[in-house]
Amino acid sequence: MCFTFGIAFAIVFTNMIKFTPQGIFCVQGGFYIDPWKPVDMAVITHGHADHARWGMKKYLCHTDTVPILKSRISEDIDVTGIGYNETMTINGVKLSLHPAGHIIGSAQVRLEYKGKVTVISGDYKTQDDGLTTPFELVKCNEFVSESTFGLPIYNWLPVAEQNKQMQDWVLQNQANGKNSVFIGYSLGKAQRIMKAMEGVGPLLVHYSIGKLNQAYETVGVRLPEYDIVDLREDVKHLDKAIIIMPPALVDSTAIRKIPNMANAICSGWMQVRGARRWRSADAGFAISDHADWRGLNEVIKATGAEKVYITHGQTAVFTQYLNENGIAAEEVKTEFGAEEEVIENTTPAAE
Amino acid sequence: MKVFARLINALDSTNKTGLKLEAIERFLTDAVDSDKLWLLALFTGKRPKRNINTALMKQWAIELVNIPEWLFQESYASVGDLGETIALVLPPPTTYTERTLTEWMNLIIGLKEKTEEEKKDFVLQAWDSLPTTERFIFNKLLGGSFRLGISSQSLINALAKHYSLEANTITHSIMGDWKMEDVSFDKLIEGEYTDTQLSKPYPFCLAYALEKELEDLGDIKTWQAEYKWDGIRGQLIKRDGEVFIWSRGEELVTEQFPEVKTTLLQWPGNFVLDGELLVYKQKQVLNFSELQKRLNRKTLSKKMLDDLPVALFVYDLLEYEGEDWRNKTLQERREKVEALVLTNVSENIKLSQVIEVNDWDALKAIRENARLVNSEGLMLKHKGSPYHTGRKKGDWWKWKIDPLTIDAVLIYAQKGSGRRSAYYTDYTFAVKQGDQLVTIAKAYSGLTDKEIQEVSRFVNKNAIEKFGPVRTVKPELVFEIAFEGIGFSSRHKAGVALRFPRIVRWRKDKTVADIDEIEEIKKLIR
Ligand SMILES: [Zn+2]
Ligand SMILES: [Zn+2]
Repeated sequence: MCFTFGIAFAIVFTNMIKFTPQGIFCVQGGFYIDPWKPVDMAVITHGHADHARWGMKKYLCHTDTVPILKSRISEDIDVTGIGYNETMTINGVKLSLHPAGHIIGSAQVRLEYKGKVTVISGDYKTQDDGLTTPFELVKCNEFVSESTFGLPIYNWLPVAEQNKQMQDWVLQNQANGKNSVFIGYSLGKAQRIMKAMEGVGPLLVHYSIGKLNQAYETVGVRLPEYDIVDLREDVKHLDKAIIIMPPALVDSTAIRKIPNMANAICSGWMQVRGARRWRSADAGFAISDHADWRGLNEVIKATGAEKVYITHGQTAVFTQYLNENGIAAEEVKTEFGAEEEVIENTTPAAE
Repeated sequence: MKVFARLINALDSTNKTGLKLEAIERFLTDAVDSDKLWLLALFTGKRPKRNINTALMKQWAIELVNIPEWLFQESYASVGDLGETIALVLPPPTTYTERTLTEWMNLIIGLKEKTEEEKKDFVLQAWDSLPTTERFIFNKLLGGSFRLGISSQSLINALAKHYSLEANTITHSIMGDWKMEDVSFDKLIEGEYTDTQLSKPYPFCLAYALEKELEDLGDIKTWQAEYKWDGIRGQLIKRDGEVFIWSRGEELVTEQFPEVKTTLLQWPGNFVLDGELLVYKQKQVLNFSELQKRLNRKTLSKKMLDDLPVALFVYDLLEYEGEDWRNKTLQERREKVEALVLTNVSENIKLSQVIEVNDWDALKAIRENARLVNSEGLMLKHKGSPYHTGRKKGDWWKWKIDPLTIDAVLIYAQKGSGRRSAYYTDYTFAVKQGDQLVTIAKAYSGLTDKEIQEVSRFVNKNAIEKFGPVRTVKPELVFEIAFEGIGFSSRHKAGVALRFPRIVRWRKDKTVADIDEIEEIKKLIR
């Protein structure tokens, strides 16, 4: 019986969104959400590279994402920004953006057509990181969710405790006369680390992080004071400094030039000992901008959705779990998280 | 347990010896005395017996979190450790209990007398009062399978540094039969309970692999040829009526060879010998895999001692009646050691036989057949040579037999670390077992960087499953694997264990149909 139900819902609702080779397509609205191939009109959930790609004729996103897209893709793109909870209608489809809590400007896309509501959440987290507008729950009929950390081993500590762990690590390094190097994704993670390090010591960041910091500052988010460190120059003078670097540089000779340093990777994958050891950094902090296991489950339940689509991450496992727990879920193949996957394999997790 | 948890976390994360030493240093400064003793105890095998079934622990965790068993298994597969999986899936603790490592250990030991119900209550309460890392450590201590992310040598080095003592002295101080309740940590380390001078070993003299033609070595009469035995190289010290056996890894292994110890105790005089510890039964040296069965056990049963008796094959004499003999010539030392062994005829202490031949060709023939006596080849030692400290070129050569090789297919791959962390460098290989595949060996890459990149691309494209960092790969790439020895092993699925397997070359000319068959490989075992 369950089975026939599933089919019935599929018939009623799949006509609002369709998973196409270009990306998630809103049938009535005629636009795409986070497409991975060039299309005419793209609604972008957030500025991470696997969700915001180049080549779209028009972009629509949250106002705070606009400077990020311009900085990442090009100054010349045709991009419109709207605020959270602002409604616009496109070809009869009511569209609004709602905070996803993932990174600055990240939004869930709410679509309403003839009384039916679909929410495409992009990437989200339920934890309030103190920088990003906190996640807002949106009731819906259909919910499109990621599942990057969709295994019960991934549960994050409260932000205050995470910050304390990182601070303690830095203080210990300083006591041993060491420089502390954090490796974290340049958009989102890096700024969280900066915030956690406020007042602990002078902050230095890689220029790619500095560039995105400006995007934060233009939309009025205050970040702790920092300087840009140029690893092409002599860095021998660095002493008990706190330095934040993007994952791409983790094994680079540039980082190894920093004298007397201990390095730490900040990523949800660091939850597992094997991953910490395997990554061979000196420390690992399980800090993520993605929802943890409990977060994913709470949100999905609370949306009241009759149908859930799982786009990336632990799709098979998580889909099976939801189905066994009375939530009709379907695994869909997308190109999201491709970056996360690559990074899991070559450099620490980006998200 | 906070202080201990911080140590474990640091040891687990970093690869840098310096940082590990710093973490130990910090522990030695911060921890209470009894916890430091426990650290040593866990290292020297003084851990308590397991009082709780790990399958039960898993069951309780599943009940508590209310997840299906398959999901727990999925989680386990990506974590790779049961105690850690449990620690991670449990809900956050509602309280916090700070107990020292010692207090926890005492509670765990006390479980022996408790009922199943009481045990469960204790475990659930502990889980609810410990944060993840401490919970993980608790689970490992409870399961009796705790391992620290550091070699015993590094720990000893850290202690040596902290106490400004010599590493050898500390090794000896912390070995032996001390009881937690009888000793104080500082006094133990400082050797209050032992006389360290008595046990002090010399550095081993090591040989290089032969790299020239035999004929270039000159007159065969100036060389002493012996078999190269594949056992545990040991230094056996008898001073003042006490016997100490050191392994080459600077580990004190006296208690692992009680029969040799007993014999040496009966020999008169004071001396230091260099030799090989081997399983020797019915006048035959058995394969290393037999010896392995009785290594690192907490207790050696009578049956094991009967089934796998160990003998010492003596190579050399380093000290005699308090006099350092290392600068005398090999010839002199050999004469003395022969006299010593021949006047104390013993069942389990033999001379390593000198091979008498008149020309190099005869020696070549003997080397070819070395495997027949379970030897790995020959040793050539210049008769005029002193007993060198460490490795020195020219006087001692090892001349091993060519390794055995098989063709096997790659089935699992794992990323390397450091510079190579972007590439798959750790491989697991399989051979045929009927129409199935069975794992035969693990080997780190012996490939060129270019080949590693090529294999990594293949793995990325052909990964079937992932378990944490491990990828199951479509069985397609065939490699030639060389190894030094092979023996039966019940711990390995294939029923055999290879000794020192390594990749010789990528056999691009072969397919999975050409790989070896396990039953054929077993025939290599003697
Ligand atoms: Zn993202
Ligand atoms: Zn994503």
